[in-house]
Amino acid sequence: MMLDQLIVTSVGLSLVLLIVWFFWMRPTQGRWAALDGRVQEALISVKGGYTPDTVIVRKGMPVRLHFRRLETASCSEMVLLPDFGKSLKLPTNETVTVEILPNIAGEFEFACQMGMLRGKLIVE
Amino acid sequence: MDQVSERFSQPQPSMHEGVEKMVLTVDDMHCESAGADIASALRLTAGVTRSRINLSSKTVIVDYMPACTSSNKIADVVRSTGYTVGALRLRLPVSGLDCASCVRQIEAALEAAKGVVAASVDPVRAVAEVEYRPAETGLAVLKEAVAASGCKAGIAAASSHDPATVAPDDREREYRQLMWKFWLGAVVSVPNVLFMYPDLLPSVAELMPPASDARRILWAVLGILTLPVLLWSGSQFFVGAWQALKHRSANMHTLIALGVSAAFAYSVVATAFPHIFPDPMLAEPFWDVTTVVIALVVLGLALENKAKGRTSAAIRKLVGMQAKTARVVRDGAEIDIPVEEVVTGDIVVVRPGDKIPVDGEVTEGASSVDESMITGEPIPVEKSIGDEVVGGTINKTGSFRFRATKVGKDTALANIIRMVQEAQGSKAPIQRIVDSVSSYFVPTVMILAVLAFVAWYDFGPEPRIVFSTIVFVTTLIIACPCALGLATPTSLTVGIGKGAENGILIRSGDALQTAEKLTTIVLDKTGTITKGEPALTDIISFAEFEEKRLLRLVATLESKSEHPLGEAIVRATAKRGLELLTASHFEAIPGKGISGHIDGSVIRVGNEKLMAEENIALNSAMTIWQGLADQGKTPMYIAVDRRIAGLVAVADTIKDDSAAAISALHDLGLKVAMLTGDNRRTAKAIAREAGIDEVIAEVLPQEKSMRVKELQAKGEVVAMVGDGINDAPALASADIGLAIGTGTDVAIEASDITLIKGSLFGVVTAIDISRATMRNVRQNLVGAFGYNALGIPLAMGFLYPFFGILMSPIIAGAAMAFSSATVVSNANRLRLFKPKRAGS
Repeated sequence: MMLDQLIVTSVGLSLVLLIVWFFWMRPTQGRWAALDGRVQEALISVKGGYTPDTVIVRKGMPVRLHFRRLETASCSEMVLLPDFGKSLKLPTNETVTVEILPNIAGEFEFACQMGMLRGKLIVE
Repeated sequence: MDQVSERFSQPQPSMHEGVEKMVLTVDDMHCESAGADIASALRLTAGVTRSRINLSSKTVIVDYMPACTSSNKIADVVRSTGYTVGALRLRLPVSGLDCASCVRQIEAALEAAKGVVAASVDPVRAVAEVEYRPAETGLAVLKEAVAASGCKAGIAAASSHDPATVAPDDREREYRQLMWKFWLGAVVSVPNVLFMYPDLLPSVAELMPPASDARRILWAVLGILTLPVLLWSGSQFFVGAWQALKHRSANMHTLIALGVSAAFAYSVVATAFPHIFPDPMLAEPFWDVTTVVIALVVLGLALENKAKGRTSAAIRKLVGMQAKTARVVRDGAEIDIPVEEVVTGDIVVVRPGDKIPVDGEVTEGASSVDESMITGEPIPVEKSIGDEVVGGTINKTGSFRFRATKVGKDTALANIIRMVQEAQGSKAPIQRIVDSVSSYFVPTVMILAVLAFVAWYDFGPEPRIVFSTIVFVTTLIIACPCALGLATPTSLTVGIGKGAENGILIRSGDALQTAEKLTTIVLDKTGTITKGEPALTDIISFAEFEEKRLLRLVATLESKSEHPLGEAIVRATAKRGLELLTASHFEAIPGKGISGHIDGSVIRVGNEKLMAEENIALNSAMTIWQGLADQGKTPMYIAVDRRIAGLVAVADTIKDDSAAAISALHDLGLKVAMLTGDNRRTAKAIAREAGIDEVIAEVLPQEKSMRVKELQAKGEVVAMVGDGINDAPALASADIGLAIGTGTDVAIEASDITLIKGSLFGVVTAIDISRATMRNVRQNLVGAFGYNALGIPLAMGFLYPFFGILMSPIIAGAAMAFSSATVVSNANRLRLFKPKRAGS
């Protein structure tokens, strides 16, 4: 094998590893929802993804998620919480609120309609 | 917006047994005695069930029955005690609330406006709650006040706060911008494509031989032309890719951005540093790949955008049905006001051709109303005093007045719009196939592209660097995650919208998918198959008695009784234009019948026991009675002066199109069963008439859901069709609960599908729509998966070793651009769906 091929091969394979690590092995950095009285609240901004994309909440207490979409790209115009049977239309630059009552501990996904943008609600 | 957040907090209209609540502000209610005056005045008012006085907030909360009184009347009562009333509360959506200081500023501006009692702004929900005196101010004044507050904020029209009304403009703007981007790419592509292969044009080849300086200058000029295409036309790919990258995720934009920048970078290197190539002759850029791919993908986005706009056409149609203004009676005068300002209790005036602005109950006049936009039923409905009218429907002939019972987001139309929007956004279970793939899809494609590059570089033919770059770019470009992602939701949006157009509200994608798999339809009898109210079916006269005369006699007696069966006879008589006579000595004999004197004769109507008591010979009448009873009817003997004169029978008759609808269900390959609490004989008779296979009779209401579960245990996928009120548990335990509404009673929580009009044909249409939609979804999924499964290996050059075929990145760009547009267009085909109707 020629030197250039060796270089291309090893760069290629390390790129593959980099892709795997970067996209699939991202750590979950959850953020606890703020507790306001008896309601847990979190503001999630939507722009190419959900920030924060992981929200941690306590079990058995109502949760209010405020979504604010800061872009016009149609990809993110809906957010779905399939485990709670809810879906919201997110007009650009408006805050849309959903209230849920998580009664079981676990991880629940929320995502855009196409499933490209994803976030997680962790109930502890 | 308040509408959105309220949606989930169980906001059922407070209509407990027809009692409504209103809040009146009484400014000059300063002391205990004032409160007592008002309270005692209200206590004496007919229709007021309860009133509470709150001195500290100077408000009176009144529970009243809108059937007996109105908010205007109550306000008048309070006024008559000598106090000033009038503040109304209104919630207005506020747009453009950017900062915390705006909140206070807007509140202050509103409070300073003439006629405003109090105002508070909720920044999270972007709602201003304003209390104002309608006599002194209006929505226009409030809007002005906010506009003058110095904030960017504005009051959006209250009923048009649906995103769907705004969306078309945004979409249009986005479409136009994409088209401009496309044209720039297309124009630059022309010289790029022409000069990419100069050797094909003999004159050019002579002027610029390969590897000459002249050719390098040409490449450089083309490169400079390509740059704006990359940076402007392709900007959304880089922005999108960067946004995703920040979240450590990747999407379609990532792939396109990587692909076109790889092609661009290669071309820059080939133009600027040809000597690093093993043979400078090979140093040929491909600017055309960059511009053509960007132009095509942007065009694809534009087409997809346009087509997506059409998928929500149904919702836009519904939103467009809302009236803009209403003519109401305020202080005795008729005034035109924006529909947002109509409050519960207002008397609304409707002239011929008007759109009915809100929901209400007719108080004066009569007319026929076209409700086709809500129910899908083309025949106008007659309305007279006491009938309900629905906002968004169109008055045809007469004029009438009605009292508004539901306004704003509580109207049937607003509820329908909300339900449809929610359903369109929900997920069908089939989508999970895509979900499980989508988060791995894009990185996988990137890995495949890298591997393809390495493989071609290591093992491919010369010039290896050219081939590996082409393969790398093509693989990235051809993969289309969008087609996968769009496959289900676009079809759902169109399918559910189509349902709404036909008076069928499908609550979720889940319901839509389950409806396709149904094997058994269980129909409730009363009100579902039948009309739900008894009607006169037979009148039989013997000997010298004339049928009409007999009917008048019976109806005259029955008009004195309060029995529902009697009402049916009275109604039928009136319908035939027969007048009632005068009766005396009326007597109701419990469990037997009725009797009375008319024109000197003694008339008796009742069962065998009544006849036996009077020793009236029945003879052949008994056989007829039995025959009628076998048909599920309720027959009664008629005797005139101790002689049997005839028979009259009433029954709950089946709806005109029930039999046709049931046979259509059979045609769909479904079993149809009837569930009823009635006795077996009546049930059998109705079943025979309607053409039903299986009868489950004599079922107690609480057992209905058990019967449904029994069917499910046998492996049937069951839909229960009922009125949604007393069938609620059965509807909930069925795989699909179909509530069949009469009129617009859509607030039926237990059902998965709501049929707004009463016809059973809605069940057929609902199943048809579900089947058509799911078929469409499958086509899309197969298409999208198939496209990627074939296209990606092709782009990687799998065919090259065998056939010498390698895909050009330009073809990949075209394929990718049109794959997602195709998916959306295929979904749009569903818009052509036409429901089958009886007799058509």
